[in-house]
Amino acid sequence: MINIFEVNETNKMIEQENLDVRTITMGISLLDCIDSDLETLNKKIYDKITTCAKDLVSTGEAISMEYGIPIVNKRISVTPIALVGGAACKTKEDFVTIAETLDKAAKTVGVNFIGGYSALVSKGMTPAEKLLIESIPQALAKTERVCSSVNVGSTRTGINMDAVKLMGEIVLETAQASKDQDSLGCAKLVVFCNAPDDNPFMAGAFHGVTEADTIINVGVSGPGVVKTALEKVRGKDFETLCEMIKRTAFKVTRVGQLVAREASKRLGVKFGIVDLSLAPTPAIGDSVAEILEEIGLEHAGAPGTTAALALLNDQVKKGGVMASTAVGGLSGAFIPVSEDQGMIDAVNAGALTLEKLEAMTCVCSVGLDMIAIPGDTKASTIAGIIADEAAIGMVNQKTTAVRLIPVIGKGVGEVVEFGGLLGYAPIMPVNQFSCDAFVQRGGRIPAPIHSFKN
Amino acid sequence: MKKTIITVVGNDTVGIIAKVCTYLADNNVNILDISQTIVQGYFNMMMVTDATKCEKDNGVLAKELEDLGNQIGVVIRCQHEDIFNVMHRI
Repeated sequence: MINIFEVNETNKMIEQENLDVRTITMGISLLDCIDSDLETLNKKIYDKITTCAKDLVSTGEAISMEYGIPIVNKRISVTPIALVGGAACKTKEDFVTIAETLDKAAKTVGVNFIGGYSALVSKGMTPAEKLLIESIPQALAKTERVCSSVNVGSTRTGINMDAVKLMGEIVLETAQASKDQDSLGCAKLVVFCNAPDDNPFMAGAFHGVTEADTIINVGVSGPGVVKTALEKVRGKDFETLCEMIKRTAFKVTRVGQLVAREASKRLGVKFGIVDLSLAPTPAIGDSVAEILEEIGLEHAGAPGTTAALALLNDQVKKGGVMASTAVGGLSGAFIPVSEDQGMIDAVNAGALTLEKLEAMTCVCSVGLDMIAIPGDTKASTIAGIIADEAAIGMVNQKTTAVRLIPVIGKGVGEVVEFGGLLGYAPIMPVNQFSCDAFVQRGGRIPAPIHSFKN
Repeated sequence: MKKTIITVVGNDTVGIIAKVCTYLADNNVNILDISQTIVQGYFNMMMVTDATKCEKDNGVLAKELEDLGNQIGVVIRCQHEDIFNVMHRI
């Protein structure tokens, strides 16, 4: 039988070390809503979401209460809207009405974000996908809870450089459209390479076409738990360190699996995956950067950071895989700057640069995440950064993403406040040398040789 | 059988166990096991209980015990045993 020390250990993780289930995300397919009439389409979308997810929030809260584990977010992901709206939308404004419908549905069921205002254009763009992408700035400015993502490349297809160039411009336009809120719109827009179909984390969540009609995906967290566990092995060798991370990741993931199983049972929706990510928040003691410091670095960004992050990411996966029946999504350590107090401190101390962050993304999940850059950064420069990140993803057969926030009207050294889980960030300098001619070429970067596995 | 783990942590004082047990008896919750230690001067108790005959659902039980804890000046948590089982048993 469970003993008092085990019970106390679990409760200490919850109360003092910020152990929580970060999100229960319900994936909902909207493929059966497709209609050539825009009004009918919007109605079908609203009805399907509000029917499928009507009990999502209350079920999440009941599970949280019963097990005594906080479940921070309840969210929804839907089929990429470019596919759903293609038949009905003839203009950008038509697509924006769908974003507004999603926003309304999210408010009705009480979820704080809904993801899937997306287009998957890793090889080429259909006219509908291009229209959706062009509508993103307006859609994100007019809605509160809608998140958008665009997949511009993959290991199998290469990188769609036309889409990359376009996204450079769209990121800037999105920043302009929400400049009154410090360009907050860009915090809800992710550019991916190798985007996963079952990611429960925002802003990049969408419900892939390979998925069932509805599905429950769960994202666990717990950087604080790992950090505290590592305090016990200070000064010990790497084997001991790795063992400790694995054990902790196992425990954290088991809780996620339990919550996923319960939510799936109570909602009558199939369980999809548990995403084994270490997702930080701006709260003190809930930081991935602090884990890196505990491993032995003065600040995240110091020499050794990439190696430390690589081992952390790998051990989290090794510990987590055995704890769950199905693992998916992004599964790795997140390194968003604005959402992690330790990262912010590292930037302020001058230890962490954009280039070092790029190196770190080679060995962990996601990519250049929640990084504020000067508002006068050129679209082609942003496109260049996206291309670099996509190349890392393409060649390493992993997901990479870019969520940059060019803060209109602000420059290097100033601070931008997003509020809540999105945190605040010092604006980081960007390499000023031009990549105009590179980005202007257009076309597609072919898939790498090691993608030909058949 | 659905087991519920109740933990009580806080400054030691007269009648903590009595008050918690009275509440549980009133609500038809059977106590299967009690263990108690003092950790760094803090009263620390864990009860394994069977709440299958209790008419209130788990969430209500947890909330009422939390309120009772606030009255006595201790923290009382009431959780389904599975969260501990999954974390500490393979």
